[in-house]
Amino acid sequence: MNPDIIGLTIAKARDMLARGEVSSVELTRACLERIEAVDPKLNALVTVTAEMALSQAEAADVTLKNGGGSPLTGVPAIVKDNMCTRGVATTCSSKMLENFVPPYDATAVARLKENGAVILGKANLDEFAMGSSTENSAFFPTHNPWDLARVPGGSSGGSTAAVAASLGVYALGSDTGGSIRQPSGFCSVTGFKPTYSRVSRYGLVAFGSSLDQIGPITRDVYDNALVLNAICGFDDADATSSPEPVPDFTDGLGAGLRGLRIGVPAEYFVEGMQPGVEKPVRDAIAKLGELGADVDNDIALKMTPYALAVYYIIAPSEASANLARYMGVKYGYSYPDTDSMWEGMERTRQHGFGPEVKRRIMLGTYALSAGYYDAYYKKAQQVRTLTRREFDAAFEKVDVLVTPTSPTVPFKIGERTDDPLQMYLSDVCTLPINIAGVPAISIPCGFADGLPVGLQIIGKPFDEATVLRVAHAFQQATEHHLRQPSL
Amino acid sequence: MKLSREDVIHITQLARLGVTEAEVDRFTGQLSNILENFEALQQIDTTGVPPTAQPIPLCNVLKEDAARDSLPQDEILANAPGREGEFFRIRAVLE
Repeated sequence: MNPDIIGLTIAKARDMLARGEVSSVELTRACLERIEAVDPKLNALVTVTAEMALSQAEAADVTLKNGGGSPLTGVPAIVKDNMCTRGVATTCSSKMLENFVPPYDATAVARLKENGAVILGKANLDEFAMGSSTENSAFFPTHNPWDLARVPGGSSGGSTAAVAASLGVYALGSDTGGSIRQPSGFCSVTGFKPTYSRVSRYGLVAFGSSLDQIGPITRDVYDNALVLNAICGFDDADATSSPEPVPDFTDGLGAGLRGLRIGVPAEYFVEGMQPGVEKPVRDAIAKLGELGADVDNDIALKMTPYALAVYYIIAPSEASANLARYMGVKYGYSYPDTDSMWEGMERTRQHGFGPEVKRRIMLGTYALSAGYYDAYYKKAQQVRTLTRREFDAAFEKVDVLVTPTSPTVPFKIGERTDDPLQMYLSDVCTLPINIAGVPAISIPCGFADGLPVGLQIIGKPFDEATVLRVAHAFQQATEHHLRQPSL
Repeated sequence: MKLSREDVIHITQLARLGVTEAEVDRFTGQLSNILENFEALQQIDTTGVPPTAQPIPLCNVLKEDAARDSLPQDEILANAPGREGEFFRIRAVLE
């Protein structure tokens, strides 16, 4: 009989493996069967790598039998389909890369493999990670496991839906403006965007290079720390990767909250925020106070309302440069019916990219073009400096900041697709964090009419440990993260 | 900032992005709308504020100049839309 994988954590799975109660092959089979049974309702996965997963599981079983292995050995995982996997298609959910098979692994993927992970498949995303609902996938939208008529958030919506639905035990996502945290909030899972530069970006398909960061999507904070331990740290293949030492992130998780200072910035409780979201967030903050933290409501982050403009200038500018490489020459889609180089490039990009990607390439091209550079790009970079200074000043007074992850619950599929600006607004609480480069987690903090609500906890640069400590204390005292969707 | 159709066409040319007439119309409205929203930034006084290109800056990132294997040529060329021997085959640049 297959083991029960619903709600299974890495820690529990690893414990069962160590005691020989279950084998990695059995766990992997159970996940593959769950994918077959449930994923047709969700469309969370773009590619399932059953054969590879089973051979990785067999290898893990040998390692475990010999008493070896890491805390991830033999535990099945899912990878967002914008991270290169050697020999396995990496599509970015774009027609442009539909048939692209990378000849190398992204560093984060390589580190999972070195740690004995079993990789079940690749998760759907908004094309090139541009979007907040996973509706921008060129293949199909992903559905939210808590309500199939609603979006899972984005852009890592395939990864968060997969973890919420127990298709795999954990997943890797990437976050440029909220793409791990917003869908984690929408799917009631634990998603962390570490400090910029903590995890190597080598092999992560580039979107906004000064903003992009890979991070873990898990069922709880302890699991998140285990995955961070595996993927964080210097990599000489990424010149922006930080040489800062990486602690064991499971250390100090149980230290409690006494004496810890928590700031609540009023600017994040934005106009238009749903009352059903505000209540569980306020309750969660009160809970942190009960657990011993000092809550400081006198924190001003006045640049918050400008984050949307700063982000949607900087990210598309970087994207317009990064996506110039897709021109149908070295890899990817190539428009077949022309002999002209320039027409070939134009038609390749016309037919290979979807509407949101085109919109962002155009926004970025415009912001960087002659005569507009100072008014848009330079101005946005200056406000970026002011944003970072505000966070630094806030962290003089408090250890972490706590906010909602998103002002709304998951919206209906199709509800916001016609209005790009409305779609961008679902990331207002997560964008400033990428602009400043600081770490932040989203954890489940309750439900509004059965739909998940996320709490965002933001930390000082390289102080992921304190963010995890606060998030862990909250999960120890609450049960929101244990609830499972019925599928 | 209101964009004209001509502005949008100019941008698509800079970005080498083929578009249909209908797309030009749609993008003109949508991009104007987004850019108008960005006007808010002009209210902020940024006199003397240095720009931030990267939030966690590193200085003088160097690495050992060590020889190592490159990726296998065949695996790289396997992804190429056009290949001739060990080269990428491209369309004529000069016509």
